[in-house]
Amino acid sequence: MMAPLFSSKLLLVLFFGTLFGLILGVLPGLGPTTGGALILPFTMTLDPLSAVVLLTSIYCAGTYGGAITAILINTPGTPAAAATCLDGYPLAQKGEAGRALGMATVSSVVGGIFSVIVLVFFAPFLAKLAYEFGQPEYFALAIFGLTMLASIGDGSPIKNLIAGAFGILISTVGKDFMTSIDRFTYGINELSVGIGFIPVVVGLFAISEMLTQSTLLNQVFKRVALKAVKLPTLEDYKLTWKTILRSSGIGSFIGVLPAEGGTVASLIGYSEAKRWSKKPEEFGKGSIEGIAGAEAANNSATGGAMVPTLALGIPGSATTAVILTGLIIHGVRPGPDLFREQPEFLYGIFGSMLIANIMFFVLGFFGAKIFARITLVPNKLLWPMIFAVSVCGTYSLSQSLLDVWIMLLFGVIGFFMRRFGFSVVPVIIGLILGELVEGTLRQSLVIFDGNWLMFLQRPIALTFFILSFIALIFPLITRKKNNYE
Amino acid sequence: MNNVRKQKRANKNLPFFVKDEFKVSFIIIFISSILLISTFSFDIVPPILNRGIQPATFPKALLVLIISLNLIIYYLSIKKPWKVQKKLPKTFFLTLLSFLIFVIISKILDFFLAISLLSFFVSYYWGERRIFYLALVSIIFPIIVFIFFETILGLRFPPGIITNIYYQF
Repeated sequence: MMAPLFSSKLLLVLFFGTLFGLILGVLPGLGPTTGGALILPFTMTLDPLSAVVLLTSIYCAGTYGGAITAILINTPGTPAAAATCLDGYPLAQKGEAGRALGMATVSSVVGGIFSVIVLVFFAPFLAKLAYEFGQPEYFALAIFGLTMLASIGDGSPIKNLIAGAFGILISTVGKDFMTSIDRFTYGINELSVGIGFIPVVVGLFAISEMLTQSTLLNQVFKRVALKAVKLPTLEDYKLTWKTILRSSGIGSFIGVLPAEGGTVASLIGYSEAKRWSKKPEEFGKGSIEGIAGAEAANNSATGGAMVPTLALGIPGSATTAVILTGLIIHGVRPGPDLFREQPEFLYGIFGSMLIANIMFFVLGFFGAKIFARITLVPNKLLWPMIFAVSVCGTYSLSQSLLDVWIMLLFGVIGFFMRRFGFSVVPVIIGLILGELVEGTLRQSLVIFDGNWLMFLQRPIALTFFILSFIALIFPLITRKKNNYE
Repeated sequence: MNNVRKQKRANKNLPFFVKDEFKVSFIIIFISSILLISTFSFDIVPPILNRGIQPATFPKALLVLIISLNLIIYYLSIKKPWKVQKKLPKTFFLTLLSFLIFVIISKILDFFLAISLLSFFVSYYWGERRIFYLALVSIIFPIIVFIFFETILGLRFPPGIITNIYYQF
């Protein structure tokens, strides 16, 4: 499995990916999704395996990196680390920052490795199942993936669905792939090839975040001093091993669900840790179990989220949507054929995730103090630099200024979407799945001679439609009314 | 929690057309409607070439879905108003303005100059006053990025007053 990775080039890519991921994870507002989007144009100079190894190592390390800022400055470096703040910061305030970070590091690594094992065994199984899929089944599956958007984060399910539909709409810009008829091009030749993934991804994540940061300039972070990261004691292990394993299972399962990711996983992992704890009253006041529960869950979601991404081509989370974009721009189409035709490529991905987890353990353990200092880089210097990289990276893809303007436009759209409670993640997932949804729908209708009811006569497709219905109805039933605004 | 309630109460007393929920829904429905109308001008495929549905049908369905979901959101917001958002600070508008200036300068004058000026102004508006750091952000870093993209990635930047000088060397 690891053989393809034993080349100095790939190990170097892995090292830089892990290092870069940690830096991104530590910086509030960046994180592996935005960072992955920023690095996408650079991956064009790499071969497909190196590119995806870089992106997955950023994903693994970035997810962990968020815990460092969550514990030391009470600001999650990534949304997935939000639950870590609840107990990480109070414990750090008690003078036990090193212990908190040590537990976060160990539980992250265990969760991450656990999820890679799930990925190794479950992804080929899912891909095998997908061999049974025809166009109607893929259409139903893509619809299921999109309806899962309704339950992303804690925002309104309806707003998430609007954002997803907007993403699909963007995918329809350009020449229709079946008839070559122009759609929404308005006479602009460059639009006939469609709107690229990268300008939209960089705009929605990096540029919109830059605008958000422009509204938060007076924010002051209170930092807790860190002497050194401490490995958990035997007592800590005894107290948390069950929590770590439980959260690893929860995180991997949530990660496998299309569109769900580390944020949901960490919140559920945290609340389950509290529910099963012998000392639930300590949660929120610096409980070591709380840190373990949240961190094991969010890192185990990384491998879980890669399962549908690789086996079905349906992103399991926002960052895997970026990784999927990376695969697509390198001409790799995930799905069952990838498992049959390029197993070495997949072993490379599995192995890289495993090594990335070990690498961020070492880097996090010895370098957390240095990484924590990165938060001292002021936004007034950091974001103009990120802008320069975003602009050049976006321009580099097709050497078109239009792409840069599209990126800026989506930055502004993304800012206002976030301001009014619309998540930007569904837009990306919609954009990625748009072609699949439309293509499979139209091809199915050709097969069925225009008879829509035929979808319901295919058992697998029908199952996905029922699951989609449940995915739509479930958040509407379970969430409080005020979330639908 | 109390603040959210206060904000929501304050929002309830505003006339409907100044409320965020109305403005957001109106803008989305307005743009969607324009796009929906434009789909009627898409070419129609003759039945013999048509496979399944017409090219305009799918985007039309999406736009109708977006409009319908927005109407639901607006209806729900009448019962439960959104919380009033804080006013956007001056720095936000200056950043937005600098994007616009970036677009104009990159098109008319020079791509590098546009990046450099935007970096300078954004850094300055956001509070940086030290000359060295302003130069770092607006000159040194963009040069490093340019050289990196140009030499390592083999990128050719669009011609402009500064880029042309660079390419002459």
